[in-house]
Amino acid sequence: MELFWLAIGTIVVGVFGCVAWFWGSNWILDRIYPPRGPNAGDNIRKANQIRPWLFLGPAILFLGVYLVYPIFDSLWRSMHNARGSEFVGLSNYAWHMGDGKFRESMRNNMLWLLVVPALSTLFGLIAAQLTDRLKWGNIGKSLIFMPMAISFVGAGVIWKFIYEYRAPGEPQIGLLNAIVQALGGDPQLWLTLIPWNNFFLMIVLVWIQTGFAMVILSAALRGIPEETIEAAILDGASPWQVFFKIKVPQIMGTIAVVWTTITIVVLKVFDIVFVMTNGQWGTQVLANLMYDWMFRGTPDYGRGSAIAIILMLLVTPIMIWNIVNARREVR
Amino acid sequence: MEGMAGQKSSLVWAVNIAAFLLVLLWTIPTLGLLVSSFRDRDQILTSGWWQSFSAQEATGFVRTGTGDDAVQQDGQYVIEGTVLEEGQSLIGWGIRAREPAAFQPGETTEIEDGWQLTVAEDGSYRLTSDTPFEMRRGERIFVTTGAPARLTTENYNRVLTAEGLGRAFMNTLTVTIPATVIPILIAAFAAYALAWMEFPGRALLTAAVVGLLVVPLQVALIPLLRLHNELGIGKGYLGIWLAHTGFGLPLAIYLLRNYMVGLPREVIESARVDGATEFQIFRKIILPLSFPALASFAIFQFLWVWNDLLVATVFLGNTREQLVMTGVLRELMGSKGGEWEILATSAFISIAVPLIVFFAMQKYLVRGLLAGSVKGG
Repeated sequence: MELFWLAIGTIVVGVFGCVAWFWGSNWILDRIYPPRGPNAGDNIRKANQIRPWLFLGPAILFLGVYLVYPIFDSLWRSMHNARGSEFVGLSNYAWHMGDGKFRESMRNNMLWLLVVPALSTLFGLIAAQLTDRLKWGNIGKSLIFMPMAISFVGAGVIWKFIYEYRAPGEPQIGLLNAIVQALGGDPQLWLTLIPWNNFFLMIVLVWIQTGFAMVILSAALRGIPEETIEAAILDGASPWQVFFKIKVPQIMGTIAVVWTTITIVVLKVFDIVFVMTNGQWGTQVLANLMYDWMFRGTPDYGRGSAIAIILMLLVTPIMIWNIVNARREVR
Repeated sequence: MEGMAGQKSSLVWAVNIAAFLLVLLWTIPTLGLLVSSFRDRDQILTSGWWQSFSAQEATGFVRTGTGDDAVQQDGQYVIEGTVLEEGQSLIGWGIRAREPAAFQPGETTEIEDGWQLTVAEDGSYRLTSDTPFEMRRGERIFVTTGAPARLTTENYNRVLTAEGLGRAFMNTLTVTIPATVIPILIAAFAAYALAWMEFPGRALLTAAVVGLLVVPLQVALIPLLRLHNELGIGKGYLGIWLAHTGFGLPLAIYLLRNYMVGLPREVIESARVDGATEFQIFRKIILPLSFPALASFAIFQFLWVWNDLLVATVFLGNTREQLVMTGVLRELMGSKGGEWEILATSAFISIAVPLIVFFAMQKYLVRGLLAGSVKGG
C-alpha cells in the first residue's frame, strides 16, 4: 500500500512539477516581455524567440542526459580499463576481436539479422494478404498481433514450454516433441541442439514481430490504388500475379521500413536469449554478452562499453537512413 | 463463367483455411500456457496440455489388507477393499509392476498357494484363500486408473501468495504508471514547439529526435548507472522512472509531433489572431485534439515499461522486494525450471494486464504503429 501512495505521489509531483514549469516559465516570460504597452510588438517578438526553448527545455534536458551524454560516455569508457582509471586506446575492441565468445555473438547477431526480419516480414505480408478480405479477418489479425503485447520473458516461458523435453517413449508435455514423437521421431533437447538452437530462439522473436509487420503491411496494401489491381485483373492476371507483380512492388517502401524496424529490435535482442539459454550452447548475442561484462563476476565497464558502442555502430546506418527519409517527408 | 466462379470459390476456401491455420499457429503457444495454468500440477507433468479435457491415465499400486483384515465367509478367508480413490475409474490392473494392466476389470487371477484375486470394475477387490492369510504386509495390486481432467485455480492462489508475485505486481504497477504519465506531458510540450513554433534549429532538433529513436538502450546502461550513483539517486523507483522517461521521450515526441503537424492550421492561426497565448492554444486546442496520439503513445509506453526486464534489472535492483514481474518470472525460470504449474501461472499473470490493455485499446495501438513505424521498440 505504501508503494501505491508512493506511485500516486510521484505522479502528482511529476505532473504538478511539469505543469508548474511550463505554466510558471510562461508567466514569468510574459512579465518580462509584456505583450502590451508601448513596446508590445518588440516584446512579442522577443518572447516568441524564447518561448520554444521553455517548451522544449525539459525534453532536451532528458534527451541530453539519458541518451546523448551516455553515447559519449560509453565511447570514453570503451577506451579505458575496467574501472575507467586508465586510458587503453582501442585495446578493449582488439581484445573482443580475438575473443571466442564475442565472435560467437557477432556471428549469432548476424544470423538473427538475416533470419528474423526476413521471416517476420514474410509472415506479416502473408497474414496481411490472407486476412484482408475475410469476414473474420479483424479477429484473425488481433490474434496474430497479440504476441506484441507479451513480454519477451513471458514469450520465453511460453516457448520453453513448447520445447520441453521428456525421455523418448514417455508422454511428451512439450508440443514440439509430442509432434515429433507422434510422427515416429526421437524427442530432442531443442535448446541445447547446436547450432539449431539459435533458430529455435529466433522463432520466438518472429512470433512476436509478425503481428507488427502484418499491421503495417496491411495498411499499406489497403492504400494501393484499386485501379491498378482492377486493370491487372481485367488483363487476365492471376491472383498470384496480382500479388507479386502489382501489390508487392507498390509497397516496397513500407516493406523496407518494416524490415529496418525489426532489424533494430533484433540487434538489441536480449531478454529472449537471457531467459531461455543465457547465451549457453552457442547462442550468445551481443546484448547479453554486454550484460555479462557489466554484472557477472568482476564488472568490466571498459569491455562492456566497447560492446555497447559496437551495437551503436551497427544501428547507425539505419539511423542515418531514417533521418534522411524523415527529412524528405518534411519537404 | 461457371468455371471462373468455381475457381473463385475454391480460392476463397483456400484463403480461409490458410488464414485459419496461420491464426491457429500464432495462438496455440499462448493457449497452451493459459490452459496449463489451470491444470492440476501432477497432470501437467504427466500429459500434454492438449489432453487437459480428456481423462488422465495414471498407474500406481495399492496394498491389500493383511491377515488381520480377513474375514471368514463360506469356509474361505476373504480380504476386501477398493483400489480406487474418489473420482478415479479402473482401466486395468495387474500383480506385477511391469504389467500394471495385465487384467481387465472383473477378471480373476491366482497369485500363489491358491490365493484368488478379483478386481471388479468399481474398484473393489476380493482376495480369497482356503487357508488363513499369514502375510504381514498386504499384497500389491498394480492399477491403471483414469482420472477425470482436473482444472483448478489452486496454482493462482499459490503463485500470488507464496511466490511473491502479488508483491511484484504492485512493484510493476508502481514502476509503470509514473513512467507512462510523465513522459507524455514533457513530450507534448516539446512536440508542440517542434510542430507549430518557428525558431532556429527546429529542423535539426526534429532530425535529432528521429535519430535518437533507434539508439540502443545498452549504450545508456553503464553511464546512467554511474550517473545515478554519483547524484545519489542510486537504485530505486526514482531512478527507473527517470530512465524510462528518458528512453520513452524520442518516440513520444516523434509520434506527437507528427500528429500535431497534421492539425488544421486555420484553427491555430485564428486563435493566435484572437490573442490567445501559446500556452492557451496548447492547453485548449492542441491537447484535446491530440488525444488519439496521446493514447497511442500511452499504450506503447505502458506495454514497453510493463514488459521490460533489462531497465528494471539495472536500475531497480534484484532483491526480492524490488523485483518486477518479469524479474520474478526470470528467477522462477532458473529456480523452478521444471515446475510448469508455477511458471505457466506466473507467466500468465504477468501477461494478463498487457493483454487486457492490448485488446481494449488495440485501435490506438495500431494507429500509433502506423504513425511511428520508424521506431524500433
